Amino acid sequence: MPYNLKDVLETTQMITKNNLDVRTITMGISLRDCADNNIDNCAGKIYDKITKTAQNLVKTGEDLEKELGVPIIHKRISVTPIAMVGESCEADSYVKLAAAMDKAAKAVGVNFIGGFSALVQKGATKGDNILINSIPEALATTDLVCSSVAIGSTKAGLNMDAVKKMGQIVKETARLTADKDALGCAKLVVFCNPVQDNPFMAGAFHGVEEPESVINVGVSGPGVVKYALEAVRGQDIGAVAETIKKTAFKITRVGQVVAQEAAKRLNTQFGIIDLSLAPTPAVGDSVAHILEEIGLECCGGPGTTAALALLNDAVKKGGLMASSYVGGLSGAFIPVSEDAGMIHAAEVGCLTLEKLEAMTCVCSVGLDMIAIPGDTTAATISAIMADEAAIGMINNKTTAVRLIPVPGKKVGDKVEFGGLLGYAPIMKVNTSKAETFINRGGRIPAPVRSLTN
Amino acid sequence: MHIVLTVVGKDRVGIIAKVSTLLAASGVNILNINQNILDGFFNMFLTGDMSNATIPLKELQAKAVALGEELGVEIRLQSEEIFAAMHKI
Repeated sequence: MPYNLKDVLETTQMITKNNLDVRTITMGISLRDCADNNIDNCAGKIYDKITKTAQNLVKTGEDLEKELGVPIIHKRISVTPIAMVGESCEADSYVKLAAAMDKAAKAVGVNFIGGFSALVQKGATKGDNILINSIPEALATTDLVCSSVAIGSTKAGLNMDAVKKMGQIVKETARLTADKDALGCAKLVVFCNPVQDNPFMAGAFHGVEEPESVINVGVSGPGVVKYALEAVRGQDIGAVAETIKKTAFKITRVGQVVAQEAAKRLNTQFGIIDLSLAPTPAVGDSVAHILEEIGLECCGGPGTTAALALLNDAVKKGGLMASSYVGGLSGAFIPVSEDAGMIHAAEVGCLTLEKLEAMTCVCSVGLDMIAIPGDTTAATISAIMADEAAIGMINNKTTAVRLIPVPGKKVGDKVEFGGLLGYAPIMKVNTSKAETFINRGGRIPAPVRSLTN
Repeated sequence: MHIVLTVVGKDRVGIIAKVSTLLAASGVNILNINQNILDGFFNMFLTGDMSNATIPLKELQAKAVALGEELGVEIRLQSEEIFAAMHKI
């Protein structure tokens, strides 16, 4: 027997007391065979393909949850970027395709469906432009559809025309979903260096090099790491790294078992495990609280970036050993509204947008789920996107921006998104104007990869 | 399939007897029992073989939970897989 009573009790405690769970089983589905010059036919093909391929996804997830005794919080679907699928359609809007995704997602019972996406790192095609222009209405008229747009990469540089456009799209999405505190913006991500096998929302899409269908699993467990670190209080920082590594190994093993078994039962390929530490607004499930356990008075204060760098690296080192196939975003997430400790730190003024930007240099993924004043201009949002994308471009990592300019709200107000999306205080934004910079348009050239000082 | 059944709670007479009676009645063969008292609390896990079980896992889980409530202890029953994966390299 490979385990003893202590091991069994430890595992049980992780699940029952420390919020160990599998955050998501995400099925990637290729829609490359759904193109049609008639948009209604295309929408029909999309609905049929998704409902056929994913018909057993939710039941399989629920069965595994019961059998293995570990909660599986979400079941999700990611699809081929819709800009590519819809490109052949003679249509000037892809909202109908988003509606087909939404209907299919509801029919199979998943929590979210991602892939209303366009990849315009270097430039946009006709379909990319139609998709981007469709985003505000698509997000306002659907419930489960998530959207992402890639506006830059280390190899292509930054597409500043797309950056400018996405600032406007975020504002328009906020306007159309103003009655729900701009909830539409919580389902819209702008990426630099996007990954093709990400199981997490809102940025999941099924990359073009992916197979017909695939199972990707995102694990979670900030609470487990926090609890493990309580045992090494007062010890040197090496002990912290070692403890995180060992804990990440255990968390990831659970994901590996779930992913392999789910792929087998759904008769599809196991893709990757995403090693991310994904917080939820629940007490005891916070990444910020891990940083505070390491020794900071409040997340966002001096020392935060260093502690986060250690955490992120140790999670990867431990997790890599536990799974044969690691991918996705893999790192510690710092979504403000989804993390009780981040929310608190933002409320007391210890965590600022500028510090969050610094933190994203050393972790996954970016400026995530940050509510900002409703009067923030499109150009300012674009400029923040450009800053964050530049960090990704220069450091050869994925960065993302998910900002929520809430109409009618100002610094000090609060917004409630509900469920895993949590709630957030409106954070202060530097209002120095960036219009002249953003209005230039064009492309920031791809960076040099040597002389890295 | 192998299962792990854990019992945690206040000690009392007859916990093992009741648990093993449930498993015997369900056709589950007990492979290993590991039990002690930690800080006055009863801790046990046992591994069992479900290959000749007469009822499905879900039904057995429901019965085990109900038995736990009757005994005033927490009983969890699940596949062995995550324990083996987590504690073995």
